[in-house]
Amino acid sequence: MATDSVKDVVLSPVFKNNPIALQVLGICSALAVTNSMSVSLVMGLAVIAVTAFSSMFVSLIRNHIPSSIRIIVQMTIIASLVIVVDQVLRAYAYDMSKQLSVFVGLIITNCIVMGRAEAYAMQNGPVMSFLDGVGNGLGYAVILLVVGFIRELLGSGSVFGLTILPTVQNGGWYVPNGLMLLPPSAFFVIGLLIWILRSLNPEQVEKTEYRIVANSKAKIKETANV
Amino acid sequence: MASNNSIKKTLIVAFSLCVICSVVVSSAAVVLKPKQVQNQELDRKSNILQVTELYKPGDDVEAKYAELITPRVVNLETGEYSEDLDPGSYDQFDAARDPATSRTLSGDDDIAGIGRQENFSTVYLVGNPDDPDQIVMPIRGQGLWGLMEGFLSVRGDGNTIVGLSYYDQSETPGLGGEVDNPRWKAKWDGKKIYEGGDFQDPQIQLVKGGASGEYEVDALSGASLTSRGVTNMLRFWLSDEGYAPYLARFHDDSQGGA
Repeated sequence: MATDSVKDVVLSPVFKNNPIALQVLGICSALAVTNSMSVSLVMGLAVIAVTAFSSMFVSLIRNHIPSSIRIIVQMTIIASLVIVVDQVLRAYAYDMSKQLSVFVGLIITNCIVMGRAEAYAMQNGPVMSFLDGVGNGLGYAVILLVVGFIRELLGSGSVFGLTILPTVQNGGWYVPNGLMLLPPSAFFVIGLLIWILRSLNPEQVEKTEYRIVANSKAKIKETANV
Repeated sequence: MASNNSIKKTLIVAFSLCVICSVVVSSAAVVLKPKQVQNQELDRKSNILQVTELYKPGDDVEAKYAELITPRVVNLETGEYSEDLDPGSYDQFDAARDPATSRTLSGDDDIAGIGRQENFSTVYLVGNPDDPDQIVMPIRGQGLWGLMEGFLSVRGDGNTIVGLSYYDQSETPGLGGEVDNPRWKAKWDGKKIYEGGDFQDPQIQLVKGGASGEYEVDALSGASLTSRGVTNMLRFWLSDEGYAPYLARFHDDSQGGA
C-alpha cells in the first residue's frame, strides 16, 4: 500500500477502479443530478473537494482515532465539510445551489466519501489520502459528466445549456426524449456504461457466484413409479 | 495504539473533534451569511424584473430595480395600501404561516391549494407608484408535484397581463416544467383578465387545443394537471380572495371603460 505511485492513486479510480462503474457506489446522487452538464460538473467538483479533504483530515488524525468511534469521527468530519461546501455554493454559485438543492447535503451519505475514509485514509498518509480522494472524486465526476452529457443532449437537445439539437418546443425539429430528463433514465445510461466498461476490461466482471444446474425431472419420475 | 481505546482518550478525541468541527461550520455560516442574503435578494429582484420584461440579460439588477420598482404592501381584503407595514421588511411567507396575520382557507375557497393565505401582500409597482406602468404580484398554488411560486405582472389598467413567470416549481421536466419555456411565457403578453370591468370574476384560463380570444392561453401539452394548477392559481389570486379589490382601483382610476 505504501508504495502506491501518485499517478496510480489519482488515475486508477477514474478508469480501472471507478467508484460508480465498478464499485457501484454513489448511485443515488448520480441519478438525481445528471439531467444537465453544468449541474453534474458542480456536483462532481463538490464531491472531489469533500472526498479529498475528508480523506486528508481523517488521515491526519488516523493515529489518534479510537477504533470504537472511528465511523462517527469520519462522519463528523465529512458532515462538517459538506456543510462548508454547501454554504460556499450558496454564497458564490447561488443559481447552481438552487438546482442542486438537497443533493449537496446528501454528499454526506455518499458511500464513496465514507468508503475512501475507511478503506484508504485510515491506513495511509495525508498527502496520499488527499490524492486518493481527488482520484475517486474524479472517477465519480467523470461518470456524472458522461451521463449528464447523454441525458442533456437527448433530453433537452443541448450541452452545457448551448443548443445542439433544436427542440420542437423551441421551433426546431428534435423531439426530446422526456424520459432522459427524469432520474430513472440515469439507471439505463449507467447500466449501459458499466456494460461497455466491462466489455473493454473483462477482468472487471465478477465470477458467477452460482450456476443453475440442469433440471432433475428424471428422479421425480423414478420415485413416482416406486 | 491500544491507549487510543481508553475511555479517557475516546472522550478527548470526541470532544475536541466536536469543538473544532462546530467552530469550522459556524464560522463558515457566519462569514458567508451576508453574501448569501445578498444572493437571495438579488435572485428575488431579478425574478421581479424578468416578469416585467424590462430586464435584458447583462443589465445591472440592483440599479435597474432601484430605478424602476417601488414595493408596497397591500391589504388583500380592502385593496388599500398598508401604512403600518414596511415593504422592505414585510415577509408575506412568514405572515402566511402565522395565524395572527393570515387566514385559513376552507376546501371550496382554496382552489389554489395553498391552505393559508396572508392578509397583506407585497406588490411591486413599476414606474410612478401613483400611476404605475405595471403591477407585479406574487402568486402561488399547487401544480402537479408541488407548490409553484411565481410573479404575475399586469399593466396599469389592472386588467392586461404582461407576463407570468415561476421562480420555484417542481413540475415534470419537459412537460409541466415547460412553464419556464420563454416561448410559452411570451403567449401571456396582452391577455386580459376581467371581462367588461367585472372584477368579481376573472376570465383568464388555459385551454387545450388552441387558445382563441384574449382570455385564453394555450395549455401546456402533456401537462393537464399543471395547466389546471396554473388556471386555478390565477383564478384564486385574481378573485375577491386575492388581488381583485386592489386591481379594481386601477380600473376606476384609469379609463373607466373596458
